[in-house]
Amino acid sequence: MINQVYRLVNPRHFEVHYQDVSLTSPLVAIRPTYFSICAADQRYYSGKRDKEVLNKKLPMALIHEAIGQVVHDSTGTYKVGSNVVMIPDDPKEENPVIEENYLRSTRFHSSSCDGFMQDYVFLKPDRLVPLFDELDLPTASFIELMSVSMHAIRQYQKRVLYPAKTIGVWGDGNLGFIVSLFLKNMFPDTKIYLFGKHNDKAEHFSFVDRIYYIDNVPDDVTIDHAFECVGGYGSESALGQIIDHIQPMGTIMAMGVSEYPVAFNTRMLLEKGLSLIGTSRSGRVDFVNTVSFLEKNPHVREYLKTLVGSVQVINKIADISKTFEHDLMTSWGKTVVKWKI
Amino acid sequence: MIYAEILAGGKGTRMGNVQLPKQFMLLDNKPIIVHTIEKFLLNDRFDKIIVVTPKEWMNYTEDIISKYIGKLESIAVVEGGSDRNESIMNGIHYIEKTIGVSDEDIIVTHDSVRPFLTHRIIEENIDMALKYKVIDTVISAVDTIIQSEDGETISDIPVRSTMYQGQTPQSFNIKLLVESYNSLTTEEKAILTDACKICLLKGQKIRMVRGESFNIKITVPYDLKVAEGLLKGESGK
Repeated sequence: MINQVYRLVNPRHFEVHYQDVSLTSPLVAIRPTYFSICAADQRYYSGKRDKEVLNKKLPMALIHEAIGQVVHDSTGTYKVGSNVVMIPDDPKEENPVIEENYLRSTRFHSSSCDGFMQDYVFLKPDRLVPLFDELDLPTASFIELMSVSMHAIRQYQKRVLYPAKTIGVWGDGNLGFIVSLFLKNMFPDTKIYLFGKHNDKAEHFSFVDRIYYIDNVPDDVTIDHAFECVGGYGSESALGQIIDHIQPMGTIMAMGVSEYPVAFNTRMLLEKGLSLIGTSRSGRVDFVNTVSFLEKNPHVREYLKTLVGSVQVINKIADISKTFEHDLMTSWGKTVVKWKI
Repeated sequence: MIYAEILAGGKGTRMGNVQLPKQFMLLDNKPIIVHTIEKFLLNDRFDKIIVVTPKEWMNYTEDIISKYIGKLESIAVVEGGSDRNESIMNGIHYIEKTIGVSDEDIIVTHDSVRPFLTHRIIEENIDMALKYKVIDTVISAVDTIIQSEDGETISDIPVRSTMYQGQTPQSFNIKLLVESYNSLTTEEKAILTDACKICLLKGQKIRMVRGESFNIKITVPYDLKVAEGLLKGESGK
């Protein structure tokens, strides 16, 4: 079958490419239904990655946050018509210690191979997780981002040195919202403090115990552990502030992506005996845990619905650029795409 | 019920001196018709996919489907007719005989040599045929269309913005199509080669679905070269 793959060929320019795919291969065919745009996709689209990186990776189909419907399964694992979330990791080996999202050999859709912006996507059966009926599909489109939060929290649980009375979350964007929401619901006895920058964004975090604005944090505020969800140029000031306010032997989960080297106060990191743990992406287990968590917590699903900034319909190739431009202008929430191309 | 009908009546005469009809020629190591059938197989709204092919090529068609796709109950190979419309009708006769036709049933007819169609084109054909009964897939004309009655002088140059080029699928409410076709005289049947035109002449409003410029029909060797060019070097990124 000839499959259409909608690739970014240059910043802000998409083209359709064609690939032959066999329906008899042991892969599941999925028709993507809803996507959401990630900041990483946006960095490719708007040409914010290094020129060398762009030259190496493009042309490439974008999008790694997506759900779809199974349309064909020669492996017999899924029923045709099942709604599934697609896992963008494509591991090539197993390791007893290193998780699939950290193996250097793992391919990642929309980074080291084509993303999900295709007429049909073909994946191994274990790269899919079935969704439950009550789940709102536009909200489900960003399960991948939720799974990244779930992954960081799982790593935190494994590696933290003492239980938290207070956790600080730095960053008032989508990731900060999901991490704070999950932490509040997974650890109801722990106080969750948001450290935000923008009044209009931080106001959405109605469920946290306290909101601090980063330019006005009292010196005596302390937290046991911290999640950094800022990224970019802001990583530096966020990590600096975390080191100032965290308790000795606290754990810092670094989640924000920065294209630039970040300088911070290593003297105090050492003096306080802090653990700085980087996390990136997520694996199958995190997707399974996320879907299960959402199923058990309907009120969390309602909070997450408020993150759906808009649902844009893509019907033709010109709509793709329009949707990315719309996303660039959006200050809050996820741009969700209904894939009707 | 929703049916797909893949029209594979070509005998390859326009492809030059080749003996194999064009729908069976290989595109990226797979017969063109197999690419097309596979795209329809991925849409579970179809109750049956009917492949209409010349009588002498029926065994061959069944063999390659079996080889590349497997034996599937959802695919039936049916003998074609003397022309395009007769072939469409043969597919419908098969439905009448084996399953029966109800008022709501629709059929999505498609050229076997247009393997580049998309999920959207099929979906919109189904949705709109269920609602509006007759659907044609078109793209805006890029070139100016010139009309000539005698083939030597121009009789008209229509305004380009109102011109479209017809593609397939063409989709129909089955009962409406049969009724329209049966009301034609033998002479009319010989002239009217386009099934949508039959419905148009009977006063039926026909809705358009936007096709794609790449939904090309592989008719002559040049088209096959273009199709191969589109696919070249695109495997597995």
